[in-house]
Amino acid sequence: MARIELRNLRKDWPGVTAVDGINLRVDDGSFVALLGPSGCGKSTTLFMLAGIYSPSDGEILFDGARVNEVEARDRNIGIVFQSYALYPHMTAAENIGFPLRFQGLEKAEADHRVAEAAALVQVDQLLQRRPAQLSGGQQQRVALARALVKRPRLLLLDEPLSNLDAALRLTMRSEIRRLQRHLGITTILVTHDQIEATTMADRVVVMNRGRIEQEATAEDTYRRPRSLFVAGFIGAPPINLVPALAAGDRVTAGEVGLRASRPVTGEVVVGVRPEHLRLAASGVHGRVAAIEPMGREVLLALDGPLGRIHLLIAVGAGMPAEGAQVHVDFDPADTLLFDRSTSLRIEDVTLTPDAVVAV
Amino acid sequence: MTDFVKAQARRQRGNMVLFLGPAMVLVALFFLGPIVVDLVLAFTDMDRTLAVSTLTFDNFARMASRDSRLIASLSLTAVFVLCTLGIFNVTFALVLAVVTTSVPPRLGTFFRAVWLLPRMSPSVVYALLWLWVLDPNERGLLNQILVHLFGMTPVDLRTSSPVAVIVIANGFIGASLGMIIFTSAIRSIPEHLFHAARVDGAGPLAILRHVTLPALRWPISYMTIQQTLALLVSFEYILLITNGGPFFDTTVFALYSYRRAFESGQYAYGAALSLVLVAIGVIAALGLWRLMDMSRLLQSPRIEVQ
Ligand SMILES: Nc1ncnc2c1ncn2[C@@H]1O[C@H](COP(=O)(O)OP(=O)(O)OP(=O)(O)O)[C@@H](O)[C@H]1O
Ligand SMILES: [Mg+2]
Repeated sequence: MARIELRNLRKDWPGVTAVDGINLRVDDGSFVALLGPSGCGKSTTLFMLAGIYSPSDGEILFDGARVNEVEARDRNIGIVFQSYALYPHMTAAENIGFPLRFQGLEKAEADHRVAEAAALVQVDQLLQRRPAQLSGGQQQRVALARALVKRPRLLLLDEPLSNLDAALRLTMRSEIRRLQRHLGITTILVTHDQIEATTMADRVVVMNRGRIEQEATAEDTYRRPRSLFVAGFIGAPPINLVPALAAGDRVTAGEVGLRASRPVTGEVVVGVRPEHLRLAASGVHGRVAAIEPMGREVLLALDGPLGRIHLLIAVGAGMPAEGAQVHVDFDPADTLLFDRSTSLRIEDVTLTPDAVVAV
Repeated sequence: MTDFVKAQARRQRGNMVLFLGPAMVLVALFFLGPIVVDLVLAFTDMDRTLAVSTLTFDNFARMASRDSRLIASLSLTAVFVLCTLGIFNVTFALVLAVVTTSVPPRLGTFFRAVWLLPRMSPSVVYALLWLWVLDPNERGLLNQILVHLFGMTPVDLRTSSPVAVIVIANGFIGASLGMIIFTSAIRSIPEHLFHAARVDGAGPLAILRHVTLPALRWPISYMTIQQTLALLVSFEYILLITNGGPFFDTTVFALYSYRRAFESGQYAYGAALSLVLVAIGVIAALGLWRLMDMSRLLQSPRIEVQ
């Protein structure tokens, strides 16, 4: 098992900087998710860790030792690709056993290891099939077994669940998590699915345009996003972000006045998540423009002095109809305030509705 | 209702004639026609006078008992096809494809283009080039190199090793087709397979053996069959470079039937010889088809993309 460290890691492709100087530490045995939108450099980072791409600059350290120059095959890592990348002409057993061919193991030992890895991911009944004869979920398990069979010190997963249907994704999510705990293997998961990242990993690394926006627990990325980007990326449906002006303890967004718990100045952005807004007798008003059912809850789109804001409420009595005028209220502790020039969150400040001007 | 069905059937027939007609005429005129003519001629005694006096099996009797060159020509054909195919059209094509896909893309494209050049130039130009390279005089390119660079005496390869000359001349041009087919097959291998193999511990040779070559199984089989047939009947470069000589040393079977028909004017015998060539081609194709299990290729898609 290994402790991983990235120092100012950078990868330039002709015309694009895929990874723009990132620093990261991954503790021995922990499970980290790299989360970010498409094209933000997650896979590139992962492939540099694997030794498939070589960094343009910076350092990769495994257990404190620089591995930049170490060949992929000598890094002792296991990787599962988004496409699984199983060898099409080999059976599942041959696929799983492939990494062992280069380790000079005795045949009996190799067979034993293949059986062991297959049992771990429950594909022991499918060993004689070729990839084309396996379902997506089964291929995924075989790929996982192939990654684990040589007992690597680091497991890398590149969007391993994105080709599976919703039910299977749920199963594999907990199964990978269980395996990781059971083996205690340091694991880095790449995903653009925040639910996947937050449910599986100990720590979430949110990436944007080749940089790390925030590295924190799942809870912290939701409650205390470091930047506007993280606030907008984490949470579904997405957070309401409203531009505002701050002067002293007054924060004015359009015609809505808010009071800050401590003085701030300048151009800011106020953020409140849809699930933290509630219907009230007074407060910020708006007209219900659209109602979108989302299972046990509904998402209301309100048009008001703050532009369009969304709120999530439980289905039940007292649901407003489309076109109705309503008021919404929120808990000061649930508000987030961002500095518009730096895009960073202004810490230790909460907002309370102050004066509401009717339209 | 029935009128409608009838009208529709009539229209379909009309469309068939309209769309398939021209191609059918061409096929009949240039493929079926010659075969029928050849088949009939083989059983006549037509010669330079173009007169046919009897229908006879004599041509085949002559082949079986009285043609002393036939066996030599057949074995030369076997050597020519096997060597050209085995050294160049498949093996060297494979080497070219593997090498040009593992160097930087621009360099690879450049080398493939170089190897394609002879195929793009007219065969007479290509043959002239070889004649100049092999010229027994000190003017010949090869001799210039041998004499001026290595201080050796001039050689005349067309006389001393004529079979090697026709194999190499055909191979240099024949390798490019395989190279292109194999290159595109290598390109269609998902890149992650190579990445996975590297992480799994495979070195360059192991990657070649376990990732690249398995993906080329079908293209290789196809090229082997296709090129066998092509080489069996092709003789234009041989005709242009050695003219089948010295003596009959490079007269492969196809050229032999050509020489019998058009040089000796024995049209009927030439036709009978080419009939045998057709039979050999059919047997070779069927045999290879079986051997390489090609029917599986046609059953299901073999380009395995994940
Ligand atoms: N081999 C390559 N050559 C050139 N550019 C590349 C290459 N691989 C990736 N890029 C570029 O680098 C950037 C980051 O790509 P990367 O694959 O790391 O994104 P990602 O975060 O994994 O996205 P996704 O979620 O879509 O997989 C993209 O702009 C991409 O176009
Ligand atoms: Mg990716």
